[in-house]
Amino acid sequence: MKRWIAFSNIFTKDMRAYYLKPPNVSWGIIFPLAWTGMFFIRSGLGLESVLELLPGVVTISILFGTTSLLSVTLTFERRSRSFERLILAPISLELLMMAKTSGAILFGIVNAFIPIVIAAFLADMSGIVWSLVVPAIILIGIVSTFLGLFISVSASEVFEAQTFSNFFRFPMIFLCGLFFPILSLPIFIRWLSYILPVTYGVDILHGAVNGEHTMSYTLDFAILGAFCVVLFLLSLHNIKHKWIN
Amino acid sequence: MKRDNSSALEVAHLTKRYGEVLAVDDISFQVNQGELFGFLGPNGAGKTTTINMLIGLARPDTGAINIGGIECTRNPKAAQHLVGVVPDESNLYSELTGFENLCFCAALYGMRKKERQERAWELLNTFGLSDAANRKFNGYSKGMKRKLTFAAGIIHQPPILFLDEPTTGIDVASARQVRQIIAGLHRRGTSIFLTTHYIEEAERLCERIAFIVNGRIVQTDLTVNLLQPVKGRNVLFLSISNSRASLAGEMASAFPQYQFQFPTPGQVRIESEEPVNVGPLIRFLEERGFQVIEARRHLPSLEDIFIRVTGIEAELMRKDKEKAGGGGGD
Repeated sequence: MKRWIAFSNIFTKDMRAYYLKPPNVSWGIIFPLAWTGMFFIRSGLGLESVLELLPGVVTISILFGTTSLLSVTLTFERRSRSFERLILAPISLELLMMAKTSGAILFGIVNAFIPIVIAAFLADMSGIVWSLVVPAIILIGIVSTFLGLFISVSASEVFEAQTFSNFFRFPMIFLCGLFFPILSLPIFIRWLSYILPVTYGVDILHGAVNGEHTMSYTLDFAILGAFCVVLFLLSLHNIKHKWIN
Repeated sequence: MKRDNSSALEVAHLTKRYGEVLAVDDISFQVNQGELFGFLGPNGAGKTTTINMLIGLARPDTGAINIGGIECTRNPKAAQHLVGVVPDESNLYSELTGFENLCFCAALYGMRKKERQERAWELLNTFGLSDAANRKFNGYSKGMKRKLTFAAGIIHQPPILFLDEPTTGIDVASARQVRQIIAGLHRRGTSIFLTTHYIEEAERLCERIAFIVNGRIVQTDLTVNLLQPVKGRNVLFLSISNSRASLAGEMASAFPQYQFQFPTPGQVRIESEEPVNVGPLIRFLEERGFQVIEARRHLPSLEDIFIRVTGIEAELMRKDKEKAGGGGGD
């Protein structure tokens, strides 16, 4: 019970202090809208291409939403030393970091549904397999957040965290099959796609929305899950060795 | 004040190195249950590194830490429910109000809503901050921030409290209030580990004191024992217009009952077991062409012991710290 009180209060505090701030809410809405509009204009396609673009736009909304805010909040709290208060609390580091990341995960999931809601007005979505889309969105949210956590732990300044984040995020747009099939990439860089977690989430979404996936769903979910565990454990290891030294 | 001989905190052979710098060098000490233990030293002596290792913000290279009977060298989380910490910086959340900050800190220790709200109001009243309860932390003055940070450190009523420079950088009235609260906690049986560079603060509050210099503890004893060598001693400072090298010998010959020191040019320190007779000293100096500007009696204190043991001028230490942290005590 005591651990739950600590967990829920860290989560609630972060939601109030960071994620529900008007600039961040507007970022959460405008950013997916901007990406959606940009890809429509660039592709020159009609409304029939909405579902084709949807998995990429959903993923990009989650990826940028989670990594941006988490890296800022963590680095900011560490700089102001308020993060020390959390480390000194009698809760495990695992629980603490789950509480700190749960706000970002929720923010990413909510972001994901903005392009979906827009798409619902523009296209027939009756063929979408929601039982795959929802867990895929949740897992992409978790893995993106943990990737943001992993990056944040290596940064000591907010600008460093943002720079490191971009180093991972922008290549992902092109390498993870968001808008261009992985099989169309030059063969010598294709291996990069398979070491990036988002590739597996996008594959599930393409399958669930358009019926076009290149790997089995079981493999996609298993690899995404494994990435979540590995990134979280690596981040904890780095916190213990870099922040508590 | 509750007191028993069991240890609230035991530290054995603690060492910490940052690269080439040996920040803490094989220190050992213990704090008894209900004791107020002072850790005194200049900037960079290793006070904050020590406290960080004790509370789990730094990992010792070697040594052992036992808090409240729990061995927590490798697992600092094991004893964190027993411990309260007031860090050397006011590190609460700028976006939350004073009341919200206290409630949040209470929640970290698993306190239920009603309990944490009641405790938050109690502490806001104790620290005289109830009028500012609903103001955001970033709108607080430096002294108010320090007091709220102190309140957050004791929100869960910990039996062991770590205070890192609790009065540095705040106004005289706030510093006095914080000292009164420390004394009150001590009377109610809280074991307190206090780091400070204010020697008079340590002398006034602490029962036992350790001096730390360059990462090593150079002396640990009860405050009364530390003060013993200067107890009953009489010290007089004379400020004179100028000085010359031979004056020391001349004065020592003329007044063999006194001990003379010349801490700075133009200043003479006279120490004796008997009261110092000022008249003959002034006449002696004036006959030799020195003008006596000021004669000042000095009550020997822990500061004299600190200077004697560490070789560090207390005033230099205070100025150094205040340059870094601003403000000062009373």
